[in-house]
Amino acid sequence: MTAPIISVRGVSKRYHLGHIGMTTFREEIHKTWNRWRGRSAQKPKSPHEFWALNDITFDVQPGEVIGMIGGNGAGKSTLLKILSRITEPTSGEIELGGRIGSLLEVGTGFHPELSGRDNVFLNGSMLGMKKDEIRSKFDAIVEFAEVGKFIDTPVKRYSSGMYVRLAFAVAAFLEPEILIVDEVLAVGDAQFQRKCINRMQEISQDQGRTILFVSHSMPSIRRLCKRCAVLEKGKLLGLFPIAEAVELYSRKINPSACDVEVRDRKRDAVANGSVCRITRVRVLGDRGLCFNEPLELEFEIEAPEMIEKVMLGFGFDTVEGQRILTLDSDADGRNFSLAAGQNRVRLSLPALPLHPGRYYCSAAVGLGRVYYDIVDGFALWEVRAGRDDWESDRRFGGCRLLPQVSVENFSPVCS
Amino acid sequence: MNRNINPPIPRIILRPNQSWLQIDWRGIVQYYDLIVELVMRDFTAKYKQTLLGPLWSIINPLLTTLVFTLLFGRVMRVSPTGLPPLLFYLCSLLGWTYFANILGSTGNALTANARIFSKVYFPRLIPPLATTISNLVGFFIQFIFFCCAYAYYRIFTEAGPNLSIGPIVLIFPLLILHMAILGLGVGLIISSLTAKYRDLNHLTVILVQLWMYATPVIYPLSKIPEKWRWVCKINPMTAVVETLRHAFLNTEAFAVSGYLLSLGISIVIFFVGILFYQRIARTFVDTV
Repeated sequence: MTAPIISVRGVSKRYHLGHIGMTTFREEIHKTWNRWRGRSAQKPKSPHEFWALNDITFDVQPGEVIGMIGGNGAGKSTLLKILSRITEPTSGEIELGGRIGSLLEVGTGFHPELSGRDNVFLNGSMLGMKKDEIRSKFDAIVEFAEVGKFIDTPVKRYSSGMYVRLAFAVAAFLEPEILIVDEVLAVGDAQFQRKCINRMQEISQDQGRTILFVSHSMPSIRRLCKRCAVLEKGKLLGLFPIAEAVELYSRKINPSACDVEVRDRKRDAVANGSVCRITRVRVLGDRGLCFNEPLELEFEIEAPEMIEKVMLGFGFDTVEGQRILTLDSDADGRNFSLAAGQNRVRLSLPALPLHPGRYYCSAAVGLGRVYYDIVDGFALWEVRAGRDDWESDRRFGGCRLLPQVSVENFSPVCS
Repeated sequence: MNRNINPPIPRIILRPNQSWLQIDWRGIVQYYDLIVELVMRDFTAKYKQTLLGPLWSIINPLLTTLVFTLLFGRVMRVSPTGLPPLLFYLCSLLGWTYFANILGSTGNALTANARIFSKVYFPRLIPPLATTISNLVGFFIQFIFFCCAYAYYRIFTEAGPNLSIGPIVLIFPLLILHMAILGLGVGLIISSLTAKYRDLNHLTVILVQLWMYATPVIYPLSKIPEKWRWVCKINPMTAVVETLRHAFLNTEAFAVSGYLLSLGISIVIFFVGILFYQRIARTFVDTV
């Protein structure tokens, strides 16, 4: 057995809550002044400690593709940040046997005034590529990004689609020995996303590179990885074969409440929430989500200014990450408008066709293909068996709709 | 799977609280191309969509020179006799502007790059190093302008014969380096402090201004009373500006010992800045 290419030994990371971050010098002086005058009624609060990672130990062999899963706040992103040297662990040690390239965000350091070409070189070298390396891959990058003749135009004139495509393309041609990828990076429209995922697969399979792959999508994890690390509340439950890991993960996570205030967004939408943002989503009714019973969802959407045309979409994904039901308010081509301020929007169905089980829920507001705000997997909701549901264990297909039944005896048997 | 055997890859060890003296020199060499790209970016981005482009590198110091010439040269008469005030101030500012620009632009190296630093790793010293280098462009444009003015005064005015360049001018490159390390050193210290106290940002501007008045930029050192001259001498910028003027304008020489002291102080500040900055930058992202 060769030496592990990544060796993580007892790594922990502590954050201080409460007084995180930068203070101003004025505040500091104010505090000191108060303390000095004996007015220290409010003693400096005992710092709230929070262990984002707790004693993580694991090894990765060269050429392995390791998946990483865990709920929100499990410590995935902290671990990625430490591995990619963005911050340091509080204790423990990591040994890396090669150059590490991490894609935690695409387009970092893109400069709007510079042309696409200049940005490819700038961004590439920021990610650790040598100039010659970029030059030799330049044509492939441009082709992959599908920006063609716009390569010499300043990127501030790019459409948002072109921008992210170019940004991803640079990253996709990074060739360090260890690659850390966050899958939310698969960007653009559906077709380009598939291209991104395929590219990641290509990198991992053909070139024998070590990859750490973080994803919420169980199908992609299944497709790319053989082993998978499961994190929960800063602890590593272990590295398991993929089937076991997925199973463990879906058992570990608890469903969310039926009333969710949306805070963090995993995916950046085009307008970054400046046009409007979804602030709260809840299920109306006291029974929650039940199969074959009426569904009524209420969204609170905050809009700084009036929006004339907008649509709202809602999606249910299985825990494996398969989109199984989509409710789009513009399915019939009609949009609605929002007044400035807080708005309530309701989506309802006469009967929810989802099998009892757990589903990740996502919502988005936008117009056509442009999304103003995306809240991806903001909740894990449980659909329960309905009141008059007798057939819930007959789980065929994703959804089950009650069809209208009519019987006609069109050729009676003559007796 | 064996494609990585050559060249041998150094193993990287990440652990907390490494010694203050740990500076990732090798990383900086590895990311040499990034420095080049950043320098190019600074330069192109700065002048795109401006009317006059790189001309601003002349206009700024030129306007300052004109103001100084009128105000301090003509009205207050603090410039030395026998020298054209315009040339005197052009030369003084040549020795000051580069330093001030580095200080101003590296003073917020951490906070300005916070977003990038929280997403991608490269040696954190690279952005301030790149700014230091890209500021050289402005410096050389300014220098060329100074040379033109110098040639004009030398040939066409009666002050010409007084102007002579001694062999001391050979230390000009050293003076540039001296300004660079001092500006960078102070900038890095300020940048580390701003990481914790954001409002120190505003202090940078004032500091640069006050520092300029404390340095013999608008006046020659000889106008300072003997009693107070030591204050000027511990200011490392004094030696730079005075020596530069001595080299080009043949003004009174600055003592070699004084210059060496200034160089020593500058080197110390430079290393303190680097160590301080490296230490803060390692976990800076956690506090953003």
